[in-house]
Amino acid sequence: MASTEPGTDRTPPPPPARSDRSRWNWLLAVPAVVPLLTFLYNDDDPRLGGLPAFYWMQFAFIPLGVVCTVLVYRMTRKRG
Amino acid sequence: MSSDHLTEMIVFGALFLLVSGMGFVAARWRRPGDMDSLDEWGLGGRSFGGWITWFLLGGDLYTAYTFVAVPALVFGAGAAGFYAVPYTIVMYPIVFLVLIRLWSVSHVHGFVTPADFVRARFGSPTLALAVAVTGIVATMPYIALQLVGIEAVLKSMGVHGHWPIVIAFVVLAAYTYQSGLRAPALIAFVKDVLIYLVVIVAVLYIPTKLGGWGDIFDSAQAKFAKSPAPSDGILLDGTNQLNYAMLALGSALALFLYPHSVTGVLASRNRDVVKRNMAALPAYSLVLGLIALLGLMAIDAGVKPVVTDGKPDTNTVVPLLFDKMFPDWFAGVAFAAVGIGALVPAAIMSIAAANLFTRNIYKEYLRPDATEKQEATVSKLVSLVVKVGAVACILLLDPEFSIDLQLIGGVIILQTLPSVALGLVTRWFHRGALLAGWAAGLAAGLWMLYGIPNPAKGKEHFGGSAYKLSDLGLDTRMTVYVGMLALAVNLAVAVAGTVVCRAARLADGVDATRPDDYLADAGDPKVQPIELAGST
Repeated sequence: MASTEPGTDRTPPPPPARSDRSRWNWLLAVPAVVPLLTFLYNDDDPRLGGLPAFYWMQFAFIPLGVVCTVLVYRMTRKRG
Repeated sequence: MSSDHLTEMIVFGALFLLVSGMGFVAARWRRPGDMDSLDEWGLGGRSFGGWITWFLLGGDLYTAYTFVAVPALVFGAGAAGFYAVPYTIVMYPIVFLVLIRLWSVSHVHGFVTPADFVRARFGSPTLALAVAVTGIVATMPYIALQLVGIEAVLKSMGVHGHWPIVIAFVVLAAYTYQSGLRAPALIAFVKDVLIYLVVIVAVLYIPTKLGGWGDIFDSAQAKFAKSPAPSDGILLDGTNQLNYAMLALGSALALFLYPHSVTGVLASRNRDVVKRNMAALPAYSLVLGLIALLGLMAIDAGVKPVVTDGKPDTNTVVPLLFDKMFPDWFAGVAFAAVGIGALVPAAIMSIAAANLFTRNIYKEYLRPDATEKQEATVSKLVSLVVKVGAVACILLLDPEFSIDLQLIGGVIILQTLPSVALGLVTRWFHRGALLAGWAAGLAAGLWMLYGIPNPAKGKEHFGGSAYKLSDLGLDTRMTVYVGMLALAVNLAVAVAGTVVCRAARLADGVDATRPDDYLADAGDPKVQPIELAGST
């Protein structure tokens, strides 16, 4: 992102520059994309407790999303 | 008729009175110094922690209308209505990194609305006005639809006519006026406890009475097989899969552009609260998915929607299912859950719409020297006007019209994505190009929606949001959500326009924000110190 232009306030060196950047953020792409791939789950079989795959698999994406988001949250929390 | 429902009505009425009382008491909750600023009245002091934010956003995003309309959709079309589940799963990871930037920059600069941000970022009151008006127009029918949710419940109890809704909204308007965002925040606790209770009981109890999940899906499939509609069924077919994914994605992108969602986010105490909520809010998606399945249970249970003026109202299928399956007192609890579920988002939406008017129209164009106290007063009054408008929509217009407007609302709010969401990430776009893209997206979206018929409802225009790609000359039977197509037009114009504006060296606005502002957290210095000395 925006690299500081030459000459802009260099005087007060801010304590270690903050950033939201992290490789862990890429993990968010998994729950953001997988539930949109209808070909993965648009099927009746296998049923689980009477629920067709279409339904129980999409329910299963909820914990997938939670796990990925929690992981990103934990791994990117204030490093020092 | 109504004596059958006496127990239900008593339970419903008692719970309704309880939350109304809470709404008024909320003004004293978490003791604000005074309510004479938008920070206090409109954002609850920007002090809500993880739990309150979770309940508030949960109550805000998963509205009563959603809880009634999604199962109604599943009841009518099957799998296609289940898009609400992937929609609310993909949403949080998509907005995670963007919302914390919005929180930070709003914290530093004291922004109350998304349009406040756009104004500062692009130095353009006009672009901010476009964003604000879009937000208000998209929110109004959404509020009206909350009334449709309450009405569905009342119809199922055998109460027809509009007077109960007028009473409910007068009470709602009164305590929102007094307590601001604190009222829905406090009521959200009750609403969510009731919703979770009802849904858990429903999914454990109703299938056992109907002979198990397998039976429910088999009889739903049998019903869809017999119906003349081509694309219904318990699975998707070749034509609606793309639309399913695009509708889920488009809705996910749209939801946090709605001003009421932003209000909920900005009311939280710090970045950490926002992040933790992105991980915890999917709990509501689980509830929503289970509620969607109630639509299939209603098919198996042989529920027939209430018919008003010769038209079956499928929004009544879930209340009727509760009425049929639950003992009276618990059906009353379930109805109250939906009814109260309408009050929370209606309150937040009216506050958000009022804040947009106050900050981006009143203060920008009418009274630039308005004090904080005047801002709060105007917002309070406008929140009343907004609610009167919503009730008038339902009383004077065909409710079908509100549903059309809501459909349009989702498409047009998406057109603020380049200015608001992309604006949070990059300052590359030119303000003129963003405005042109917004206008082009709106025009394209409305034009496409206008051209979509709905033969089942006997409508020629605004019959749905699935646009046939064959209408664009593509050799396919697939459909795509109009919002995404309009957004594509919007982005194309915004990108091309930016290149042109830069080449022509047109003046661009000044960016009042700095890169560090997007990373600030609670406790960091603010740009505009609030005049503590003057006001307290």
